Parts: sequence; C-alpha cells; structure tokens
Amino acid sequence: MKAIIDCNSFYAACERVFNPSLNGKPVVVLSNNDGCIVSRTDEAKALGIKMAGPYYEAKEMLEQHKVAVFSSNYHLYGDMSWRVMETLRMLCQHVEVYSVDEAFADLKGIQESAMWNYGLHISNTVEQWTGIPVSVGIAATKTLAKVANHLAKKNKVATQGTVALLTPGQIREALENTAVQNVWGVGFRSTEKLRWLGIDTAWKLRSMSEEWAHKNLGGVVGTRLIKELNGISCIEMKDPLRKKKMIATTRMFGKPVFELAQLKEAIATYTSRAAEKLRRQSGAARLIHVFVVTNDYSAHNYNYNPSTKGLYTTLPIATSLTNQLIAHAIMLIEKLYKKGSRYLKAGVMLTDIVPDTSIQYNLFEPPAHDNLRSLMHAIDNINFGMRDELVKFATSGTKKNWKMRQEHRSLRHTTRWDELYEIH
Amino acid sequence: MEVEKFFGSRYSGSKRFTQQDVSTANATGFTAAADDYMERGIDLNEQLIRNKPATYFMRVSGNSMINAGIYNGDIVIVDRSLKPQNGKIVIAVIDGEMLIRRYEKTLNRLRLVPETSGLSPIEVNEFCDFKIWGVVAYIIRQV
Repeated sequence: MKAIIDCNSFYAACERVFNPSLNGKPVVVLSNNDGCIVSRTDEAKALGIKMAGPYYEAKEMLEQHKVAVFSSNYHLYGDMSWRVMETLRMLCQHVEVYSVDEAFADLKGIQESAMWNYGLHISNTVEQWTGIPVSVGIAATKTLAKVANHLAKKNKVATQGTVALLTPGQIREALENTAVQNVWGVGFRSTEKLRWLGIDTAWKLRSMSEEWAHKNLGGVVGTRLIKELNGISCIEMKDPLRKKKMIATTRMFGKPVFELAQLKEAIATYTSRAAEKLRRQSGAARLIHVFVVTNDYSAHNYNYNPSTKGLYTTLPIATSLTNQLIAHAIMLIEKLYKKGSRYLKAGVMLTDIVPDTSIQYNLFEPPAHDNLRSLMHAIDNINFGMRDELVKFATSGTKKNWKMRQEHRSLRHTTRWDELYEIH
Repeated sequence: MEVEKFFGSRYSGSKRFTQQDVSTANATGFTAAADDYMERGIDLNEQLIRNKPATYFMRVSGNSMINAGIYNGDIVIVDRSLKPQNGKIVIAVIDGEMLIRRYEKTLNRLRLVPETSGLSPIEVNEFCDFKIWGVVAYIIRQV
C-alpha cells in the first residue's frame, strides 16, 4: 500500500503555527514579490478567494473581510517542510518527497486492518510534532492514493483527515465521487475531451480500456493511468536522492528594471545562487542559459503582454565555478539587452550537468585550478554558516533595489537567532 | 482518539557525526595511550535536542516565570513531542494567545500558573479554546 501525505494549506499553516490567533480565521500567503495568492486556508476559500489570483485585484476584498495577508517567508516554510518530512521518515520506511508540502510513503508490512489507524497515527504525529495539519490518502497505487487524499481534504471532519481505499466497494464509492479533472495526471485538455465523451467521473474513466486510453490520452501515460486506477501499481516510489538535470534560478523584479547595470547585478546574483546549488550536488554544468521577460507598451495603451527572450552558450568545459559562470552570463545579458525595454523578470538556467569528478578536460583549456575550487568551497561554507550571501562576487552589486517586494513577511522564527518567537 | 496515541512515536533520527581528527596520529613523540581513548567531543545538540523536527526555540519576554528561574531574555527549548504532565513548564495556547506557564493538572481542574506575584493563574474550563503547544525541555541563559 502507498500513502500520500499532503499538508493542508501549507504556507498559511506555517504562519498559524506561531500565530494561533489565526486558527479558524481566513489567511492567505502571497507569491514572491507579493504578486498573487499562492496559499489559502479553508476559511479564505469559503470567501471565494481564488488561487493564483492577483493580489492587487483581491486587496479590497481581503481588507473588507479582515483576511490575514502574508508575504512568502521561504526560510520558515523550508524549515517547516523539513520538519514534516523528517517526521514522516520516522514513521514510514520509504518516503519520497514529492514537493515542498507533499510526500509519498510506502506502507509495506502494515496489515490492512490497521491501515486506516496507521494513517491517522501519521497525521496526528505530524501535527503534534510540527504543528502542521496534513491529510493522508492510502491505496494500492499512487493515483488511487491521490484520489483518497483528495476526499480526505474535502471532508476533513468526517474522515479525520485520513482516507484508506482498501475494499472494492470503498474504491468504487471514492471514484464515483471524484470528478475526472481531479484525477492525478488528467490535464486540462484531456478533461475537456473526456467530458465531451461523457466521462465525467474517475469511475467511468477507470472502466475504459487500456487500448482506448493509449489512443486518446497520450499513449503510455494514458495506459498507465487506467492501470493505476484499476489498482495495478505502475508509478513506483522514486529514489529520494536524485540529482537534478537542470538548475534554474529565476525571480520577478520588485519593480520593472530598465538599466543594463541593474540587470547585470541581478543576473550575477542568480548565477551565484544557481552555481551554489550546482556545487551542492557536486555537479558541473556545460550549458548556461540566460533569459529575460519584458513587457513593453506604447504610450497610449497598457497591455500585459510579456515576451520572453533568451540566449545560451556552451562552455568549453563543464564548470561549477561561480566566476566562470558569471562571466558567461554577463556576456549573454549584454547581448540580450535592448535599451528602453521594461524588464520584469530574469533568470539563469544551468543544464548539461555532469558529475564534478568526471569533467572532460579539453586539450585547449587548462583544467580548473584546485585553489579556485577550494575558494568556492570556502565561500559556500561561510554563506551557509552566516547566511545571506555574506561573501559574494562584486558583480552581484551591493544595493539590490531590484529585489523582491515582501511587505507582509513574518519573522523567521525557526532559522534565525535574532528572530526567535517571543513568549510572554 | 485517545491522547496516548499522539505522543506514541519516538524520534530515532539521524545524528550526523563527523569523525574527529585524531591530532596525535601524526605526532612523533608520545602518542599511543591517548589515541586509544579518543572519542567524540561533547555536542550540545545531542543533549538539548531529543527530537529535532519537534524542537523549537523561543525567547522569553517579561517576568511571568521569574520564580521558576526563567528570566527575561532567556531562550527556552520547546519540545512538541513531549507529553504535558502536572508541574511541567509548557507553552500553552489559550484563546489564540501563546503563553509560557506552569501546567497544573489535578483531578478535576486544570490551571496555567505563572511564577510571579504580578500575575494570577488562569483557570482552564470548557469555554476556553485551549491547547498545549509544547513542553519546555531546557533553558539557555548567558551568564
């Protein structure tokens, strides 16, 4: 049996851990830069607040209903996520962290009669230890577990946040009560097609043949979906330590940027971050890709019509050295820059990643000096220990007026000594 | 759901140790006797943090627990996985407010008792929205 454990309104729940007066009250959390709403509690959903809706559109309504609004506090959410996952690792043999707020767990060895109770035990322990409420779905396959989780979330009180689909009867009832668009892996386009064919519930989808799914739902993916709904496990637990094939750092600017100098600072900063992530997985990249999003408008009408432009370059040898990567990134942004454009966003992507130990040296390029590598190692250690890019490359700039807007961020209670919660 | 189950799990988490360098390994003079007795140095985390994902740090503000030896500015280490017992110092949530108090549970009565003459105990009854946030395990103070 497999379980999926999913945190309820995760970001908002993190805010509630240190602010219990918000329990039972509507809370929303905004994305990077206070752009749109990315997390809502049930109370906020009940007010009709839309997911991913722009903040400025909802602002008046949020004030009117006295909704608590927070900017993203990624330091807090990251730490809370670690706590949830670590707790799960104590309770289950094999945990696959699927995203910041959800994980699959293998419940091998637990008797079916004890399954629901074990799910409840997981949910109670996570909430007791971390303060984060979770929903648990248990079934024979990942796809069915997702269905179970969805039902647990929809009926928190009746199910106590835990649903296990074990008997054919339970599975049938659950699938009949699940709209086809809520099935894991059914996209927007497939939903339209399925609805047009009269397949509106997961139960109806389940009875379709594998051949039909292969033809109509994207080949192997479709076949797998039908099998999973029929209780035949096809999507196995993944190895927890998988190295990324691509590393990207991208942000919206606090306000539009016009100057090349500022753009260069931003790109240098993002490159440093990406290089740090690259070194953390002991990788080296061969391809660096820089992109920008602009939104230009004429004098008379403002339209949000963003366009993305990007350029990439292949490095002579794979590297993880920040200075080398920055040098290439800066060349790319200089080529990309067009005077007069409004830049909203920029990003750096590192791909073609190879393990740092197996870098293919090129006859014409001298190998990276070991002392440069030691320097990177030292910088990473200082920055990890002291926080906030204490040591950085001068190209990254020192003022950063293009940085994220975060007007409602709570304190980082779990990661900073000077921001601890004050108890009376 | 009985309360017992809540606290039923024990943290047996990974403690990551780094092998200490044995400084005398390359020594040319007297070495061997001490090397046999080398062990890891004392690690505060090991003693103060029993259950890492459930442990939080907070700073005490004010004198509500002064008679229990907890002063303004002290850091308390709070373990959410510990079970509150009569006489323990806890972080409680009462009507949306978080407080540090002594947990006093007798047969038919539950009170949150401050350790100062300036404040009075809080009677917890069925009309209160009450929950234990965590149990204070240690206090850290600079001398």
